[in-house]
This record gives sequence, C-alpha cells and structure tokens, in this order.
Amino acid sequence: MNELLVTAAIGIAFGWTLERAGLGDPPKLSGQFYLRDFTVLKVMMSALVTAMLGAFWLGRLGLVDTGRFYVPETFLLPQLVGGLVFGLGFVLSGLCPGTSCVALASGRGEGGATVLGLLAGMATVGLAFPSLEGFYGATPMGAMTLPHLTGLSYGAVVAVVTVSCIGLLAAIGQWEARR
Amino acid sequence: MPRPYVDPYLSGVSLGLVLLGCFALSGQGLGASGAFANLASHAAGAFTKNAWIDGYLSRGWASWTVVEVCGLIVGAGLSAWLAGRLSVARPPAPRGRLLAATAGGVLMGVGAALARGCTSGLALSGGALLSVGAWVFMLALFAAGFLAAPLLRRLWA
Repeated sequence: MNELLVTAAIGIAFGWTLERAGLGDPPKLSGQFYLRDFTVLKVMMSALVTAMLGAFWLGRLGLVDTGRFYVPETFLLPQLVGGLVFGLGFVLSGLCPGTSCVALASGRGEGGATVLGLLAGMATVGLAFPSLEGFYGATPMGAMTLPHLTGLSYGAVVAVVTVSCIGLLAAIGQWEARR
Repeated sequence: MPRPYVDPYLSGVSLGLVLLGCFALSGQGLGASGAFANLASHAAGAFTKNAWIDGYLSRGWASWTVVEVCGLIVGAGLSAWLAGRLSVARPPAPRGRLLAATAGGVLMGVGAALARGCTSGLALSGGALLSVGAWVFMLALFAAGFLAAPLLRRLWA
C-alpha cells in the first residue's frame, strides 16, 4: 500500500511538472521541430543533466546505492528504427506518450486521440509480435553505457555530456536572442 | 486569464529532481509508454499469447508504470485546473489534427514498443544513466522529427 502511494505521488509530481512547463500543448511541442519554440529541448536537456549529475554525485558520495538504478538495455537496431518511427509520430501528434496524458488531463482532444493511437499501435505490436520477434531482439548489447562503450570513466562522460548540453542550450539562447 | 507556463529551465531542473527522486525511491526511471504497453497487452491477450504479451500479463493490470501514469494524469489535471487552464474556452482541435494525432499515436506506439521505451522511460531516464540505447533512440527521434517536420508544415501552420 505504502509503495503504491509513493508510486502515485511520483506520477503526480511528474504530471504536475510537465503541465506547468506547458508540455500538454501540442502546438507548443510541435513548435520545437519548426524552431519556433525550444521548450521541449530546454526542459529535456536540463532535466537530463540534473538527473545525470544527481545520480553521479549521490553515488560518488556514497549517499545512495546507484548500482541498483535500472539502466535500460541496448538493442541497437530496434532502438534506432523505433526512434525514427517514434519521431515521425511525435511531429504528427505534437505529443509523446507522457505528454499525451497531460493533454488528455487538460481536456484537449489531441490528447485523447493520441492515447487511442498509442493503445492501437501497442496492441498491433502485441498481435504481430511473432513476426516482429526476430527484429525486436536483434543486436543486443545488454545494459551497455557510454562509459563502457567509449572506455572513458563515468565522470569524464558525465562532464562531456554536461558541457555538450549546456553548450547546445547556450547556442539556442544566442540564436533566440538574435532572431 | 490562465497562469503563464513556468520557465523551461526551472521546469527542466524540477523534472530532473523528480526523476532523481524516482530513481532513489523505486530504482527505476519515470515511464509512460509502459502503461500503454501493459493495457494493450491485456486487451491483445484476449486473442493471442506470445512472449511480449505474457511479459506484461505477468505483472497484472496495476503495474508500477500504470499506477505512476494514473498519478501523472491526476497531477497534470490538478495543475491545469489550478492554473486556470481547464476553464479557458479553446476552439476544439481541427479534425485534421485529431486524425494526425491518432496516426502519430499509432506510430509512437509501434516505435516505443520496438525500442522498449519512449521519451520518458528510455530517452530521459535511460539517457541520464548514460544507456547507449537511450541515446541512440533520442538522437533518432529528434533526427526523424526535424526531417519530417517540413513535410508536415501545413498541419502546424
């Protein structure tokens, strides 16, 4: 019961943060792909860097056992193709799965339409899985991380990603100011 | 007048802290597509059984991600209501955009199922833990988005 409440509370905080940022608003999200509105990249990059630095330092200082954090497994080809298909869907809908729920909760028709589409797409994969199974399991690399792949230390990769993301955000800021 | 949206950097840092808290409390990242995969598996499971469907059936209806996404809907609705965004009279979305949203949902459902996650669970949560697949997925989705956008300009004009 307690665990259920913690999970629901995490979801509430997640939904609240997305809604306050304006990420339930399809024209705003799709504006990212037309370089009109950079909210998607700004929120995503700053969230990623915050959580990445937090996880790194909590582990380094021994405050949390970060070794038990679940690292998504890598299946190179299905994740590359899945990402391309997903990106096309993202521009069509102006929402992603999480933000479609935000749009739905804000009473937007696009939210409900995207949610129905997501369920249909997932069900299609479920029904067609026997013919997709080979591709789904192709190019497995296990819980591969960028430090493992590059041979660099965890701290070095964290530093490179931090500098790259802040550099990208700074470039976006300059570009917006000049426009 | 509804309350303006929060600054994106402040939102991003807040979201990062929510994600960090989620890692510390549950050992996993924030997710969204997993809830859709679970519900779709329960529906498809009425017709057929296979490894993918069984993987979700074994977790039951109320899996971690389903409970989390229920919370997400409550939190987003509460936030929209308190920000005065529920009472704003908005023109209904044009039919073309609703059709595009449904088609986009189908594509994202297929893409997220193949990739084993979406923008939340794979790109953001996995990206923060430097998963290679998460970064491949994230770069691919933005590349496809930017490439497809010029073809869909009329949808968002």
